Amino acid sequence: MFSKIMVPVDLAHAASLDRALTCAAGLAGQYGAEIVYVGVTAQTPGSVAHTPAEYKSKLADFAAGQSGQHGITATSHMVESHDPAVDMDKALLKAVADTGADLVVMQSHKPGLSDYIFEGHGPYLSQHAKASVMLVRD
Amino acid sequence: MADETVNQGIPAPEGASDIIETDYEIGQDNIETRIGPFRLDIHNPVFVVSAVMVVLFVGLALIAPEWSRDTFLAIRNYVKSQFDWFFLMSANLFVVFALILIVTPWGSVRLGGSEARPDYSYPAWFAMLFAAGMGIGLMFFGVLEPVYYFGTPWGDQPLGGELGIVDGVVADAAQVEAARQMAMAATIFHWGLHPWAIYAIVALALALFSYNKGLPLTLRSAFYPLLGERVWGFWGNAIDTIAAFATLFGLATSLGFGATQVASGLTEVFGSGSAEDGTRNFMGFLWGNADASNDSSVLLVLIIAFITAIALISVVRGLDGGVKVLSEINMGLAALLLVFVFIAGPSIAILGDFFGGLAAYAREIVPLSNPVGREDTGFLHGWTTFYWAWWISWSPFVGMFIARVSRGRTVREFVVCVLLIPSLVCVFWMATFGGTAISQVIAGATDSGVFQNVIAAYKPEISLFAMLGELPLASITSVLAVVLVIIFFVTSSDSGSLVIDTITAGGKVDAPVSQRIFWCIFEGAVAAVLLLGAAGTAGLDSLQAMVISTGLFFTAVLLVMCFAIFRGLMTERREMK
Repeated sequence: MFSKIMVPVDLAHAASLDRALTCAAGLAGQYGAEIVYVGVTAQTPGSVAHTPAEYKSKLADFAAGQSGQHGITATSHMVESHDPAVDMDKALLKAVADTGADLVVMQSHKPGLSDYIFEGHGPYLSQHAKASVMLVRD
Repeated sequence: MADETVNQGIPAPEGASDIIETDYEIGQDNIETRIGPFRLDIHNPVFVVSAVMVVLFVGLALIAPEWSRDTFLAIRNYVKSQFDWFFLMSANLFVVFALILIVTPWGSVRLGGSEARPDYSYPAWFAMLFAAGMGIGLMFFGVLEPVYYFGTPWGDQPLGGELGIVDGVVADAAQVEAARQMAMAATIFHWGLHPWAIYAIVALALALFSYNKGLPLTLRSAFYPLLGERVWGFWGNAIDTIAAFATLFGLATSLGFGATQVASGLTEVFGSGSAEDGTRNFMGFLWGNADASNDSSVLLVLIIAFITAIALISVVRGLDGGVKVLSEINMGLAALLLVFVFIAGPSIAILGDFFGGLAAYAREIVPLSNPVGREDTGFLHGWTTFYWAWWISWSPFVGMFIARVSRGRTVREFVVCVLLIPSLVCVFWMATFGGTAISQVIAGATDSGVFQNVIAAYKPEISLFAMLGELPLASITSVLAVVLVIIFFVTSSDSGSLVIDTITAGGKVDAPVSQRIFWCIFEGAVAAVLLLGAAGTAGLDSLQAMVISTGLFFTAVLLVMCFAIFRGLMTERREMK
């Protein structure tokens, strides 16, 4: 049903993504799909990495860790962004196309007042991506 | 194999040329929380202290307007007159240092490491650094400054020939030519190499320590070579707080004064009524009357709200979708106006001002930048030191912004494009706008609009429109000029909000969008509150004086940055040809 599952991850808050990660791994096992973990980083130093190159290697380590933990095939895909606070939606949308994923599994918060002002990344992707999108509530 | 660095007689990098090893994790001092529906990710204590300081100073300017104006103006004048030598010598050092970087092997160090490549094209990059750097000043001073120097004796001792307008007739041709050249030389001096070198130093220090050394994108990072790990503590907090504070007040007071220029432009172009009767107005809001006491501050607040609203849209759309797009529109329109004035104005005389101005600049740069034994203290303190303090107090903002968009450039490319090319563009701008206006003064003498609004009466906000008024298609170009002034303010306001947000988030560029919205509205609100207060523009005056006084502090900061750049480049890999 699905052959490639994209899982957007925020490495700064990886610990809080547990439900989405477990869910994605379960689906990957069920359908024999490959998972690609997608991370978006700024080019300036941040809390996760000092340079995009360092971020890339941390993201690859993360994918390898998930692969070992869940027994799945996993790769990683980094997107550099000039202004990640704003361009996250477009960066993720582009990543769906670039990775050729047919399902996106991502963590999403419960809708609240702020969603009327700033639309969440999950709802944006589900509206605009060609792939199926599954939002896992935290 | 002998490596290139040996061939060039420069020792190989000492120590690690990669990121600086520090236990400090970016964002470790940050507070991540929620206020209502809004997420926050702010540096403790930089965010809170700078916001509270802004509120306190605004309160002070409102409660005790006379006292605060007198005090801050006194501080500013003291700084300008007592530290003139410090400003001038430091600025000279920055120019020399930047020029040296171009010709030494350090010029081939690439910002972001040897693998990095620039993301922005030259036009986009150039548009952004120019719009943030001095766009608005060019609109305000392009006519004013050359004409003022041309037509008035400067300060105590005129440096060049005085323009002796006697009974409406301009003095002899040789004297006029000398005055014209000196006017261009002095203007170019204030808008050429020195300001851009100041910006280049800050931007280069920040870019180097952020992209190559892995430290957060805030002012304090450039102090790492000097302070080491202490930079994360009190001193670093103090530097960042003062930078955020100076940037916010610099933007807010400029916005306040800019609103008066926009109001004057709008009334000039679209207004009705008579200034003598006190009925001159723009859409019912009184403005531009002989007795200015009834002029509408509501109009100013509406203009500020309008500019802030557009800036808000821009910051929410982000760096690529908002700031870059607006900067490009801005530069396109500015180029249009420049080409129009060049063609419609006296093109040959403008070319003469460009080349003659450059030659006079080359001849006069040493006497003008020498602080010792000057007799023209009025010019020295009133213009040069004022400008140096102003550029320098503005430099944390502009430098941070330039750094943000310059990854992937080599140091040489960076300095050429941030120092030499903008300087040349400024010279051409000043030659076109100033040269046209000077030609109008010579042709029309006391009847020319420029003479009446710059020399006979000092109305700086009208000067540009007076010059355009004597060219063809004035009704179209004046509208274009008003639009340009507005967009230049928007591009300062939106890039400034991004910069303050980054500083107050401890160097994180991915802090929640609501924070930059806060800073953008805060800037507009500070400007509006100051204008609506009983003191009117006196409140703006006093706080702008205070901002300019911070130039003294930041001059010392910039000197440290030169040292930091030197240390930083010593330990970088130079690119192999």
